[in-house]
Amino acid sequence: MTDPSLDMSTVAPTRNQWWDVWDQFKSHRGAVIGAMFLIFITLFVVVGPWLYGVDPAKLDIRNKDMRPFYLGLFTDVKWSWTRPLGTDHLGRDIMANLMQGGKISLAVGWVAMLLALVLGTLVGVFAGFFKRLDGPLMRFTDLVLSLPLLPLLLVMMLLFRDPLRASFGPETGIFILIVTGIGITSWMHTARIVRGDILAIKEREFVLAARSIGTPPRRVIMRHLLPNVMSPIMVSATLGLATAIITESALSFLGLGFPSDFPTWGKILFDSVDRMTNFPERVIWPGLAISLTVLSVNYIGDGLRDALDPRIRGL
Amino acid sequence: MLTYTIRRLILAIPTLLFIALVIFLLLELAPGDPMAEMPLTIPPEVKERMREALGLGQPWYIRFYLWLYQFFVVEPQYWIDALFGTNLADGAQRIISFQSRSPVFDTIAERIPQTLWVVGMSYVVGVIIALPIGIISAYRQYSWFDNLGTFISMVGFSVPTFFTGVLLIVIFSVNLGWFPSIYDTTLVVNDWSSFLMQLRQMAMPVFVLALYNAAQISRFMRASMLDNLGQDYVRTARAKGMRERVVVLKHVLRNSLIPVVTVIALGVPQVFGGAIITEQVFKVNGLGQLLIIAIHGNDVPMILTLTFIFAVLIVIFNLIADVLYGFLDPRIRYD
Repeated sequence: MTDPSLDMSTVAPTRNQWWDVWDQFKSHRGAVIGAMFLIFITLFVVVGPWLYGVDPAKLDIRNKDMRPFYLGLFTDVKWSWTRPLGTDHLGRDIMANLMQGGKISLAVGWVAMLLALVLGTLVGVFAGFFKRLDGPLMRFTDLVLSLPLLPLLLVMMLLFRDPLRASFGPETGIFILIVTGIGITSWMHTARIVRGDILAIKEREFVLAARSIGTPPRRVIMRHLLPNVMSPIMVSATLGLATAIITESALSFLGLGFPSDFPTWGKILFDSVDRMTNFPERVIWPGLAISLTVLSVNYIGDGLRDALDPRIRGL
Repeated sequence: MLTYTIRRLILAIPTLLFIALVIFLLLELAPGDPMAEMPLTIPPEVKERMREALGLGQPWYIRFYLWLYQFFVVEPQYWIDALFGTNLADGAQRIISFQSRSPVFDTIAERIPQTLWVVGMSYVVGVIIALPIGIISAYRQYSWFDNLGTFISMVGFSVPTFFTGVLLIVIFSVNLGWFPSIYDTTLVVNDWSSFLMQLRQMAMPVFVLALYNAAQISRFMRASMLDNLGQDYVRTARAKGMRERVVVLKHVLRNSLIPVVTVIALGVPQVFGGAIITEQVFKVNGLGQLLIIAIHGNDVPMILTLTFIFAVLIVIFNLIADVLYGFLDPRIRYD
């Protein structure tokens, strides 16, 4: 006779798949550090300005060209604790600008990534699920892949900047332009991966079962196919976020991004390049912010890929 | 194989035409006006004639056709004329830049050497660094070398080239003064000292781009080696008593190189695109910088031609990669 109470204690509580994923993710040290850094930088740009309370756009000519505190402590330069990272040539606080710029850079990254993801998933699902659409959609994807994307993006920036600025205002207009620009030039890889997975999954028995009881295609896609392609989508989301942040800062760096009085990390870097001989910190901080954010996102992607792969998970 | 190549070549023509049309229409839709920079004192009727002189009076499809004709017929004729001293072109209209009023291809020909030197060299250096790193990382998987390689390649493709470039300038030309921060195109290499100078000014841009390329290629090399190292034929080779060196460098490496070679071929056109930023950082006056200037100056023929050349490169290297894959791997047969 078995003791029922003993039985209860040996059976582990039911866990869903995402707990396993989380356990595996936790064991990837780089990914955990990356996730922590991403949370930190998000808090830095979202909560930071509220705690720090300095207006990034406020001109303060009397206190221009202040140096950061770590230089001020050891060398004889103009600095102050109220301006921890110094001020630029117009006396604007660099720390406040980094927060403000980061907010925009991260917002552009997230929105552009989501747009690319939605487009890519749509194209991928349609191409994979409906045989008739497969040929034309994939030919179209190949065509877009063979466009020179960065030059085209630059051209788009220049050409549509003014009309969008006129109709939506300088900030929203450029934001819309950059986000759509990056979104419609980076959905192709997601589309290919999703299509490949859908093609494989739709031949499986559970999809056949769902169809045989008369589930309409829309519900087959929503209930049975999409949840099963979540992992590749999430991995390509991290890649997309990283490329979107880099592309935005590259555009700003080439002078074709946001307008001049509107800081993003790339823009601050670009504006400071002329004075980097005397004030290297103005280049290094925004550059570090971009690089570390992208690095942490890439590490998260790496960890997610391992965690979502059932062949690796549990080893 | 040959029929496949020919079929792909024929298929490339509509692709390229479509790409040309997309770029052309994008520029056409744009509200930018090449005459916007002209002084306001020019009377409107003169302005109208200037527009016509720029070829802007015609409807778009005629201009598109004329541009295609110039790109594919007139320009090659001029090249043949220059090479063999013939007179095929017979003074036909070439593609003229709005900004400089000189033929677009003359300017491009002036810029290509710098781009090829810097970008081409960086790609070669990147590949040369990447392959051994990838091989060793895979062979000693999870060793300190592999972990370091993983970290460096992660950094390599996470840190944008404009930041690496600027960082190198701050360290090596501002603080240490080893390398010049600006690429001097007028430098003529005719003796040892000017050759050293050329090497020094190329060092930083080449390093920046090489790091970026090596980061990606070494990852592919590692993954491909790992795929092959676990295969049965490797065990067979070892069981036959072959030396480890032969097993790795002959059996595994050759098979692992197949996908890597195609990745290398696919990466070439992207390098030209990515060079836009590096050229801007180090002020190399190559193709990328030319494109930026043209974009800022609303120089439609220049933008159109340059972007189309980039597109042609992409299409050609895609084709090369596919053909190479079939050629190197007998298991892949396209026919």
